[in-house]
Amino acid sequence: MTTYLIRGGRPYGEDVADVLVRDGVVAAIGPDAAAGADEAVVVDADGCVVLPGLVDLHTHLREPGREDAETIETGTRAAALGGFTAVHAMANTSPVADTAGVVEQVWRIGRDSGWVDVHPVGAVSVGLAGEHLAELGAMADSAAHVRVFSDDGKCVHDPVLMRRALEYVKAFDGVIAQHSQDPRLTEGSQMHEGEISAQLGLAGWPSVAEEAIIARDVLLADHVGSRLHVCHLSTAGSVEIIRWAKARGIDVTAEATPHHLGLTDDLVRGYDPVFKVNPPLRTAADVEAVRAGVADGTIDIVATDHAPHTVEDKDCEWAAAAFGMTGLETALPVVQLTLVDTGRLSWRDVARTMSEAPARIGRVTDQGRPVAVGEPANLLVWDPRSTRVVDPTAQATMSTNSPFRGRELPGHTVATFLRGRPTVLDGRLVPAPTSHLQEEES
Amino acid sequence: MKHLLSTADLSRDEAVLILDTAAQMAATQERAIKKLPTLRGRTVVNLFYEDSTRTRISFETAAKRLSADVINFSAKGSSVSKGESLKDTALTLQAMGADAVVIRHPASGAPHTLATSGWTQGAVLNAGDGTHQHPTQALLDAYTMRRHLVGESGIADVAGRDLAGLRVAIVGDVLHSRVARSNVDLLHTLGAEVTLVAPPTLLPVGIAPWPCRVSYDLDAVVTDERPDAIMMLRVQRERMSNAGGGFFPSAVEYTRRYGLDARRMARLPEHAIVMHPGPMNRGLEISATAADSPRAVIVEQVANGVAVRMAALYLLLAQETPGSTLQEDAR
Ligand SMILES: [Zn+2]
Repeated sequence: MTTYLIRGGRPYGEDVADVLVRDGVVAAIGPDAAAGADEAVVVDADGCVVLPGLVDLHTHLREPGREDAETIETGTRAAALGGFTAVHAMANTSPVADTAGVVEQVWRIGRDSGWVDVHPVGAVSVGLAGEHLAELGAMADSAAHVRVFSDDGKCVHDPVLMRRALEYVKAFDGVIAQHSQDPRLTEGSQMHEGEISAQLGLAGWPSVAEEAIIARDVLLADHVGSRLHVCHLSTAGSVEIIRWAKARGIDVTAEATPHHLGLTDDLVRGYDPVFKVNPPLRTAADVEAVRAGVADGTIDIVATDHAPHTVEDKDCEWAAAAFGMTGLETALPVVQLTLVDTGRLSWRDVARTMSEAPARIGRVTDQGRPVAVGEPANLLVWDPRSTRVVDPTAQATMSTNSPFRGRELPGHTVATFLRGRPTVLDGRLVPAPTSHLQEEES
Repeated sequence: MKHLLSTADLSRDEAVLILDTAAQMAATQERAIKKLPTLRGRTVVNLFYEDSTRTRISFETAAKRLSADVINFSAKGSSVSKGESLKDTALTLQAMGADAVVIRHPASGAPHTLATSGWTQGAVLNAGDGTHQHPTQALLDAYTMRRHLVGESGIADVAGRDLAGLRVAIVGDVLHSRVARSNVDLLHTLGAEVTLVAPPTLLPVGIAPWPCRVSYDLDAVVTDERPDAIMMLRVQRERMSNAGGGFFPSAVEYTRRYGLDARRMARLPEHAIVMHPGPMNRGLEISATAADSPRAVIVEQVANGVAVRMAALYLLLAQETPGSTLQEDAR
């Protein structure tokens, strides 16, 4: 295996220290690194930040079922370019990832693609129908080793089913990741309910529909002593409820998406479905509350909710368009823009919210580790000084539904290492040796 | 003016120009030969994704009186849940050389999408989109108010005048009404004072910035504000049985609190006119007494609709043609 010397970078954005990557681990840091680097390939990291590889707890890879929008191969390429070394693949595929067979299939394809570790999320209920528990234990015991369970895309709205799920996964230290959306309060909803929906005549998605479910779920988690993870919270009220629950000692974690950190509902005025997402873009006051929540640790992680869609599902009138936005390749630029460059997060905080905490919530033990000697070399070399205009057609994801299209965002991935092997070098994808062979044979 | 998508886009002068042009159009319609050569050789497509024979016929009549070629394209029943159809249809119409597309669509914003997507080069005229806007309805309402309530009521020359100082009450299902949204925007721009009256369940959350007053009490508005015009919005009966037990308890209770009955008619100012965008639910939001009273201008609204739509088509299309003016054509 090739040895790499990451030269001149700053781990966690702090003091400059070279990092030597050998045999899949961090072999040396600081002066020792250069000393042991005789045969090493040098990665020029001058001015760059060195972070643990990012871990996404919320990715829609669309395979199996919607390979016209994304495949595990293309989605994980996008992840590697975004600086990720692991992603959690959501269960709302077709067929739904509600059996050991489906989660093992996703896990295997991910492993064979080799760009990032793919950790399948198991469905909570059979077919995401919200009626019967899926075989959570079988998925936990499978080769995919599932620990995160979610009906994401749909809310586990039946309080009894939610209670049972929270209880049941305690047996294998699982977590229920809830998509908090009261279905009755959001029938036909198209956008955030407020002044802009009133004007545009689009059916509203009220904040209370999210907050009421989160309030119920933290109380349920408290009652049964289980772990709860709240996906993509989007409102100021939700942040307050999580803050209250944590103060009470309830075992809850929360996530925010880059788009809820960066975008507001006034973008809907042009009826461009690229801004249609669930939960919807909220008001400037909500965005500020979510940013403050990430900054003070109320919100534990930033996750992408990367949701690729075909052109046909987005190039149409608003009501007919699908919900969702791509995010893997713009996540860290948006976090840098909204939280780092504004002084609200240090790079060490970024490592916590985008790598360490999501790995811990997902019980992924070999990711989100410190940049330290002897640790697995899952690393990101990030250049925060550059800016780039987002061009969805130039991204690795198959889909073009990026809400940041045309915007100038800061930072880019110089290199990503997955257990010591570069998946990205000089900002470009590096195929694994095996896929080299396959390409040459074909 | 490239498109007519929302009354919120109209300046006071643009709105008055449309009303003045509509008055000239109306004058031509009193002659034996109603047809003008203005839009000869131009193609107007009526693209209707919802049933609305009344609105479609009004636009069709307007276009034909201006000598345009009219294509009626009824897309109702074609797949709206899969949005491809609007795009594909628009590309087809573009290939057919549509100069203007008059679109009625159940999805709010569909005309906006059509106008900005690059799917068609023609002018887009919104004939009602979802619960968003219905600009020609508001324009014909404003035209009707101006005829009756400005100057010497129906006879004097009101060209150039707006609706400054008029008080208008709009009563009913504001939440689901594109007519209410278009009227609030337009009437405000024209200087009128608007009060929306509805049960709180039929008003949208987020209404605060609208340039109007809001009341839950029709009797108080009739008595205290003394409106010059009262517009009753259609209330769909299925609103009673929707999710959450309906938006109001019963038709009887709605009529009692928000219907225009003989008792409320009697309390309106002597000169006040009664309006309704149609089709009416007699006995629900409006009583037969009110609908058939001499103060009701509901039938006239329909006739004014043709003149206003002629004006809109003229202003969107004819002015691109050099040497064509309304004055010449109308001669
Ligand atoms: Zn979700």
